[in-house]
Amino acid sequence: MTAQSHRNPTGGRIDRARTLGFTFNGRYYEGHPGDTLASALLANGVHLVGRSFKYHRPRGIVGSGAEEPNALVQLGQGALTEPNVRATQAELHDGLAAASVNCWPGVRWDIGAINGLLGGLFPAGFYYKTFMWPARAWRAYEWFIRRAAGLGLAPREPDPERYDGTHAHCDVLVAGGGPAGLAAALAAGRAGGRVILADEQAEIGGSLLAGGGTIDGRPARAWLDDATAELAGMAEVRVLPRATVFGYYDHNYLGIAERLADHLPPAERAGRARQRVWKVRAGRVVLATGAIERPLVFDGNDRPGVMLATAAQAYANRWAVRVGDRAVVVTNNDSAYQTALDLSESGVAVALLADLRAEVPAALAQRLSRAGIEVAAGSAVVDAAGGTRVTSAEIRRLGADGTTLEGPARHVPCDVIAVSGGWSPAVHLFSQSGGRLRWDEAIAGFVPDISRQAEVSVGAARGTFDLAAALAEGARAGAAAAHAAGFGDGTATAPAANAREVIAPRPVWRVPSAGRGKAFVDIQNDVTAADIALAAREGYSAVEHLKRYTTTGMGTDQGKTSNVNALAILAHATGTAIPAVGTTTFRPPYTPVTFGALAGRTVGPLFDPARLTAMHPWHVQAGTRFEDVGQWKRPWYYPRGSETLHQAVARECRAVRTSLGIMDASTLGKIDIQGPDAAKLLDLVYTNAWGGLEVGRCRYGLMLKEDGMVFDDGVTARLGPQHFHMTTTTGGAARVMAWLEEWLQTERPHWRVYLTSVTTQWAVAAIAGPNARRLMAELCPNIALDAIDFPFMAWRDGTVAGIAARVFRVSFSGESAFEINVPSSQGMALWQALMTAGAKYDITPYGTEAMHVLRAEKGFVIVGQETDGTVTPGDLGMDWIVGKKKPDFVGRRGLARADCKRPDRKQLVGLLPQDPKEVLVEGAQIMADAAAPPPVPMEGHVTSSYWSATLSRSFALALLKGGRARHGQTVPVHAYGKTSWAQVTEPIFYDKEGEKLRG
Amino acid sequence: MAEIVLRQSPLDHLSLDARAVAEPGPAGVVAGERRFVAKVNLRGDPADEAFVKVAKGALKVFLPTTPNTVDGKRDRYALWLGPDEWLVIGAPGTEGRLVADLRKALDGIVAAVTDVTEGRTVIRLSGVHARETLAKGCGLDLHPRAFGRGRCAQTRLGKANVILHQLDDAPTFDVYVERSFADYLWRWIEDGASEYGFAIVAEPIMAALKARRATR
Amino acid sequence: MHLIACPWCGPRDEAEFSYGGEAHILRPEQPDALDDAAFANYLFMRGNPKGVHAERWVHTVGCRRWFNALRSTVTHEITAIYPMGTPRPDRAP
Repeated sequence: MTAQSHRNPTGGRIDRARTLGFTFNGRYYEGHPGDTLASALLANGVHLVGRSFKYHRPRGIVGSGAEEPNALVQLGQGALTEPNVRATQAELHDGLAAASVNCWPGVRWDIGAINGLLGGLFPAGFYYKTFMWPARAWRAYEWFIRRAAGLGLAPREPDPERYDGTHAHCDVLVAGGGPAGLAAALAAGRAGGRVILADEQAEIGGSLLAGGGTIDGRPARAWLDDATAELAGMAEVRVLPRATVFGYYDHNYLGIAERLADHLPPAERAGRARQRVWKVRAGRVVLATGAIERPLVFDGNDRPGVMLATAAQAYANRWAVRVGDRAVVVTNNDSAYQTALDLSESGVAVALLADLRAEVPAALAQRLSRAGIEVAAGSAVVDAAGGTRVTSAEIRRLGADGTTLEGPARHVPCDVIAVSGGWSPAVHLFSQSGGRLRWDEAIAGFVPDISRQAEVSVGAARGTFDLAAALAEGARAGAAAAHAAGFGDGTATAPAANAREVIAPRPVWRVPSAGRGKAFVDIQNDVTAADIALAAREGYSAVEHLKRYTTTGMGTDQGKTSNVNALAILAHATGTAIPAVGTTTFRPPYTPVTFGALAGRTVGPLFDPARLTAMHPWHVQAGTRFEDVGQWKRPWYYPRGSETLHQAVARECRAVRTSLGIMDASTLGKIDIQGPDAAKLLDLVYTNAWGGLEVGRCRYGLMLKEDGMVFDDGVTARLGPQHFHMTTTTGGAARVMAWLEEWLQTERPHWRVYLTSVTTQWAVAAIAGPNARRLMAELCPNIALDAIDFPFMAWRDGTVAGIAARVFRVSFSGESAFEINVPSSQGMALWQALMTAGAKYDITPYGTEAMHVLRAEKGFVIVGQETDGTVTPGDLGMDWIVGKKKPDFVGRRGLARADCKRPDRKQLVGLLPQDPKEVLVEGAQIMADAAAPPPVPMEGHVTSSYWSATLSRSFALALLKGGRARHGQTVPVHAYGKTSWAQVTEPIFYDKEGEKLRG
Repeated sequence: MAEIVLRQSPLDHLSLDARAVAEPGPAGVVAGERRFVAKVNLRGDPADEAFVKVAKGALKVFLPTTPNTVDGKRDRYALWLGPDEWLVIGAPGTEGRLVADLRKALDGIVAAVTDVTEGRTVIRLSGVHARETLAKGCGLDLHPRAFGRGRCAQTRLGKANVILHQLDDAPTFDVYVERSFADYLWRWIEDGASEYGFAIVAEPIMAALKARRATR
Repeated sequence: MHLIACPWCGPRDEAEFSYGGEAHILRPEQPDALDDAAFANYLFMRGNPKGVHAERWVHTVGCRRWFNALRSTVTHEITAIYPMGTPRPDRAP
């Protein structure tokens, strides 16, 4: 049993009936359900939680929520570890193990703290100034920098957790479940609108959870309980606690990161998603994101024990934790007076409240003095003394203009300094939505000004800090948003609350220094007021430059507590007004979102669809190695026994050339084209002429883009006078379909042509080889198969193995071949029948690799391998397919451009390596001169390169400048530091006359 | 002879029937494959009176002209796919007849009739959490106020293009998916639905469930 | 993620659409009649306005229909959706 030394016996929203054990830096502590890690640590008297980023100064808990800059911890171990979690947002669970980040060997004694003593060596822009020279030493510096700086450690193992994601739609999305957000959700929900209310905390309520006050004459917390109960009872209202609206994107599209299981011990998470991202399309958005308290910038303001006043108040009221034994409160506004009272009531001795303003709120001051708390008007804490915990505060009177100090110093012993430097409305989401901000002098903060999207900010998020006014704004906005979606009459009654008198804060952006310590602006990134002043002197006067040069606001907290202070100090240093300085850009996410949540279920087998053919199960059974072609799984090769790729491909190629091979060609794109103008469409998109193609015949076609570059190719068959069946490359199917549709709808809308994708309607088995016709003859009784009745480039309907089939006599291998198309559901039956009947010919399944070799031997190009969007038909030696007499086709004019006619364009050639055993590297560069010093002029590159079992040697295809005129030359080919030599040849190596494929 | 050759659906290799239950019990989502449903893609101009008249005569079904709606009867209906495109659905095995009837009737009229039965399969998904399961990967608003019985939509589910058709308020959806994506989509649905309790049912039970499942 | 109102299917996520570049670029009736400069102008040159942009979109995942849209390149607001072949609604004819 360990005592929770700073926990009060009563009060707070924690469950004292249960005790949760946890460890921090290896030491065991206890807390209760309802605690965050931060509240539990403070309940045990632990303030010191880490070391700072650059100077390794001891740091404590500053805030109580998303704004926390300091208390970043490493949670969990092994694969489940998570770095840089804000202790203020980590809910406590039994067995939680947390550790400080960025300190070695330990948080109390840290070697890097030497950097703090050498502080003068680490000015603004330190990295830029120091490590740029000599350039080659950077790698050595980097090792030390990465070790010394940086925060937590990413897990090295794969994440075993499950994540999820979902889409959602609503009429009204309310971001933030504080009083204004609750009022908005209630009003919209009562009107009947579909509402999502998301709040980042475990409990809905926002400031009501920590504050006092009354609503409708009752304690605010009682109203809160009623409100949440009412919302829970509304069918069309969804309340999401533990859900951060992290991004506001175009057209009211917002991202919410919901933590479903982080608050549970790992054992209880089994089977549940840990986190879920909601992608919400909202009719209207109500931004009730509250405001973030600012620290004051004074010397030593980073010592453990210096914390935001609201945080100290929240720990007292919500978690019944005394943040210290003796506190000093320092403020420039009214709100901290209540903090002082609440602290006092919770048992913290409040030594003094220093108000930077000479004029203090009389009623509040009176209440403090009744509670025995001294109010020092016109005074500030100018220095905090101490090491791993603050020990005293130095109090001085401020001069009239806030830049000088007056009178004697008072040193007030304390272990907590609660600070309030005013409030920054949380305008992050508003700003992400494209809204424009305005500097509001009255609250000394940026507030929403001009909206770009259908949203409205309410409550503290727009600078309305008074509870009654915030409730009224929320109710109005909720009702109006519901009304805009067609629900309710747009009016709502707001609950009544006690109004507060408010005296404007006194902005003193840099409390004058008494002469010694560092005054931090960005506590997480260790940026001091002096750094900002220095940067301004060096000319970094634009806020975006300042940010990058000093790194202020670039930590994991994105400067939630520091940005306004930083730019105000910059404004002061450059003699400009704050609105003229402006703010840096707010970008999503509001707080860090895990990659797991963003990926959701799109991992592993669900990362990307694997498209499968009808014969896929057969291939799997056969031990096939697959290749990804787009999303398709295509058989790559079919190893027998212990065959290598090389051996299997050689065997598969030999089988096709000498007897019979079979390939699954189902993945080719197929488009059914019907209509009176179908042939005209083909004439437009293909380079050759189609009108004369007879029914029963097919033709190879090449498609170009308007610039004349090859885009796709394939064989198209004429099924009827107005009916065609087009095939495309496997990867080009969707592209080509869209391309044809685009021409029809945008340029030729009067043409009567209909396109339907039939890619997966058909399963296709291609059989190729000298025995292909024999096998066909056996299985296909109703098609005349001889070369005269069924010539090359023709198609016939019939049956194959009893299955209704459409057979094409086309060949990509150069052998006599039949592509048998059957309804997909019978593809497997067809394949098995062909395998069985073909056994006598040792029918050999071959994959894409063998197909590539076979077609390359024939010099057939593959679009995307021999072409890359810069290659014309002429470059490929395919001028024969370009219809010179056609008045127009897509790409015709493009081909006539001077650049397309240059004789030194890269042209397709064959390459025969000097060493016939050497297979050149695909992508290897052909050099002009092997002896030239770098950079060596490049003449072309190898596009395809293989070992040919048929030729018993290696060969390649390449694109080579002016290549057609260079047959017979020997050229140097370079890859991976090695130069080889190869002879340039015609790009065809097998059956040049084409007798075999026609036979 | 063609009829006796075994037909395989794109989900046969998952042996769903072996895992099918007779009574799904408290499962929040039940699903199964509707194999070999006849699907015919029909294109034509709805402003062409002859086309509309002849098509209706051949189909005994009105071609819906309201986008994303379905018209027809239990065994024969047409899904709106585009301003000049419909997917005509019929009982398994009727596609040949459908295509022949339509082609014959539409002879001389500018139209296109294409059998796409084999190109897609249908996953039927039903249950009180069917909507949430779909919402995990579908950006459409499926809320009853925005979608409902008799509505259809071409959209994306996970990373697959699909046609959704809501049949009743259980709610029950038919998800039409390209056969090459069927394996992926089935796994995606099963993974997403697992948290609600997921049961596989065989086709006849699926039809019966649809009838008696109460609305939420 | 934009919300784009397909003229047929209604509002859908941007991910269901494909972008088709600047609208109102007509393919010349006789491309051969153009000199290189004029053809290059048709083929390559596009506006890059800050503000309202007339552009083409196609509902790829849905009805596959093309349409035009006026969209602000600054705010991403879509102010008009109109059929292919009709003039820009924000310009006098």
